Amino acid sequence: MTERTIGIDYIARVEGEGALKVRIQDNRVEDVQLRIFEPPRFFEAFLRGRSYTEAPDITARICGICPVAYQMSSVHAMERALGMKVGGQIRELRRLLYCGEWIESHPLHIFLLHAPDFLGYPDAIHMAKDYPDVVKLGLALKKVGNALMTLLGGREIHPINVRVGGFYRAPTVSELNAFRPQLEAALKMAEQTVHFTADLDFPSVEEDYEFVSLRHEREYPLCEGDLVSSRGLKVPQDHWEEVFEEIHAPYANALQSVRKGTGTSYHVGPLARYALNRDHLSPRADKLARDVGLENVVRNPYRSIIVRAVETVYAVEEALRIIDQYKRPDPSWVEPPPVTQVCSGGAVTEAPRGILYHGYRLAPGGLIEHARIVAPTSQNQKRIEDDVRHLVEKSLALDDAALTDACEHAIRNYDPCISCATHFLKLDIERR
Amino acid sequence: MPEARKPRLGVFKFASCDGCQLSILDCEDELLAVTGAVDIADFREASSRVLEGPYDLSLVEGSVTTAHDAQRIKEIRAQSKALVTIGACATAGGIQALKNFADVDEYRRVVYARPEYVESLATSTAIADHVPVDFELRGCPISKFQLLEALSAFLQGRAPNLPNESVCIECKRRGTVCVMVSHGTPCLGPVTQAGCGAICPAFNRGCYGCFGPQGTPNTNSLVAELKTLGLESPAIMRLLRTFNANAPAFKAASEALAAEAKAP
Repeated sequence: MTERTIGIDYIARVEGEGALKVRIQDNRVEDVQLRIFEPPRFFEAFLRGRSYTEAPDITARICGICPVAYQMSSVHAMERALGMKVGGQIRELRRLLYCGEWIESHPLHIFLLHAPDFLGYPDAIHMAKDYPDVVKLGLALKKVGNALMTLLGGREIHPINVRVGGFYRAPTVSELNAFRPQLEAALKMAEQTVHFTADLDFPSVEEDYEFVSLRHEREYPLCEGDLVSSRGLKVPQDHWEEVFEEIHAPYANALQSVRKGTGTSYHVGPLARYALNRDHLSPRADKLARDVGLENVVRNPYRSIIVRAVETVYAVEEALRIIDQYKRPDPSWVEPPPVTQVCSGGAVTEAPRGILYHGYRLAPGGLIEHARIVAPTSQNQKRIEDDVRHLVEKSLALDDAALTDACEHAIRNYDPCISCATHFLKLDIERR
Repeated sequence: MPEARKPRLGVFKFASCDGCQLSILDCEDELLAVTGAVDIADFREASSRVLEGPYDLSLVEGSVTTAHDAQRIKEIRAQSKALVTIGACATAGGIQALKNFADVDEYRRVVYARPEYVESLATSTAIADHVPVDFELRGCPISKFQLLEALSAFLQGRAPNLPNESVCIECKRRGTVCVMVSHGTPCLGPVTQAGCGAICPAFNRGCYGCFGPQGTPNTNSLVAELKTLGLESPAIMRLLRTFNANAPAFKAASEALAAEAKAP
C-alpha cells in the first residue's frame, strides 16, 4: 500500500495567499483541498452601521486587483435597494471604467502571471530575458487600462470617483477624445495578444462545466443582465441567494459557493461569459476569435488565456464605442432618495475573473444593517478543486515536483484572486 | 571582472487587498529597470522562484491579524537589512482595524458559518507595532511615484525625500479650489498627509484621509469645522474611521467623539 502527499505551501503568481493539499492513496485521489489562509478581514461585519454611501469606497479595499468590480456591484445593489434608475451617459461611463479594469487585469494575468506557465519560466521577469517584446507588449497594454481608470477614477487602484447614483465628476468630451489614440494603439496590441495566446501549446483537456455568467439582451455583460447558466438557469441577477449557497470548509478562511439543491460546483469568469455571450462580441473580437480557430464554447481551462485576450479586444472596442457617442452628463450623478424604511437590494457584475455578488439591507436613515459579498474566486473554488482532482487522476505517473507544477498551472487557469476570496491557498499532495 | 552583486529584494504580504504590491507591477515603464537593478528573491504575487533570505530590502504589505503573522513578521525582520512598510494596512492596520473597535468573536459569527474554523487576533495592527520599521510609505493604495522614490533612495543609501505636509498644500499647488471653503464639502485634507496628489478635491469630493494623519494634524479644529458644516458626531466618527482608523491621531479624535456621544 503506497501513500503519497503533495503539497504546495504557497501558490505563486496568484493574488493573495493560498495552498493546495492533495492526498493520494493506492494511486487513487482521496482528497483535494484548496486552502485559503489569507487572513480574514471581516468586511461584512464592519459594513454594518456604515452609511450606504460609504460602501463603494470601503468594499473596493477587498481587492486591489479589481476594485472597480467591488464599486460597481455595490452601487448597483444600493440603487436597487433605493429603487433608483441610473441610465444614459452615467451608465455608459460605468461601462467605460469597467473596460479600463478589464484592459488592465486581463493582460496582467495573461503576460505576468499565466504566460510563464506555458513558456516555462518562474515569472515574467525571467521570461523577459528571452521574450522581451512579449513582456513589453503586455506592460504597454496593461498601462492603457490603468490610464483609462486614472482618467475616469482619479487613480488605477481604488479609484475615487464612483458614488451611489453616478460619479463625483464626469469627464469632458475633449478629455475622452484625447484618450482615443491610446485606445487605438491598445486595439492593435490586444489583437497581437490574441495571436500570441492562440499560438501557445495547450494540454488536451475538456471539462464538463456548468458555466454561470450574466447575460444581457444586446451587449456583452458587465453590470446588467440576468444570471444564466449553460444548464438552463435564468433568473434576475438579484436572485443570487436563491440559486447559490455558501458552505464553509474547515480548511479555509473562505466560503465556497455551490448550486443550491445539488451542491455542485460551477464555473465563472471569461470561459463562462464567452460561452454564454459569444453572440454579443464586438466585430473585431468576433473576427479574431474565428481567425484563431477559437471554438464557440471553450471547455479547456488552459485556453482561458485566449478568451481573456479576446475579451481584452472587446473591452478596447467597447471603450472606443462609448467615447465616440459620449455627451457629458450634467449633473454627473442621480441624487438618491432619502431612506425612510427598511429596504434591501442585490446586484451582480462581471469582475475580470467572474461574477461578483453584493447584497445589502439598509435601515431607515441609510445605515447598512446587513451585508453579503460573494467574490468570484469563492464561486470558482470548488470547481478549481474538481479540475485539480481530474488533473491528478490522469497525472499520477509524474513525480512530485512535476505534479506540483501541473497543479499550480491548473489553479492559475482561473486567475484566482485569493485576497477577494476571503470572505484562498497552501499545496500539499499526500500520497499513501 | 565579476558582476557586482545586486541587492536582494523581498516583497511580503500580510492582511491586505494586494493593491500596494500590485503598484510595483503597475510601474509599467519602470518595472524592467527596477528588476534589472535588484535581485527579486521573494515576491510570490509575481514569481514562483523563491530564494532564501537575507534580504537587503524588504517591502511589507498588510497588517498583523493572526498569531502566526505576528511571528512571521519577526522572522522577516531578522532576515532584512532594511524594512519598508507599503500602504495603510502595514502602516496603520488598514480598514480591517475597524475590528479593534468591536467584538471580534461577534464578527466571526456574522461572516462565517463555522466561526471555530477561523483563526484571528482581536486586533489588526501596524507592522511597526511588532518590529522596528525603517521607513513607512503611506496610502490606500501607495503612490507608485513615492514607491519608486523610496526604492531609489534605499538602493543609493540615502533617506527618501517625501513630504509629510497636508493634502491642502497639494491642492494649492494643483490649483484646486478648496471644496470645504467654496462649497461646504466635508474634507479631511487639512489633517491628512500629502502624497496622493490631492485627487479627491480635483474630482469635486472631500479627501477621505487614505494617506493617514499628516505630521502635525489639528484634528480638534477640523472636527469643530465639520460640526459647523452640519455634520453630526457619528458621521464625523465614520469619516475618521476608515483606512487609517487605528493611526494614533485619527484614533484619538474618533474616540473623543465616541466618548462625547456617550456623555449625558
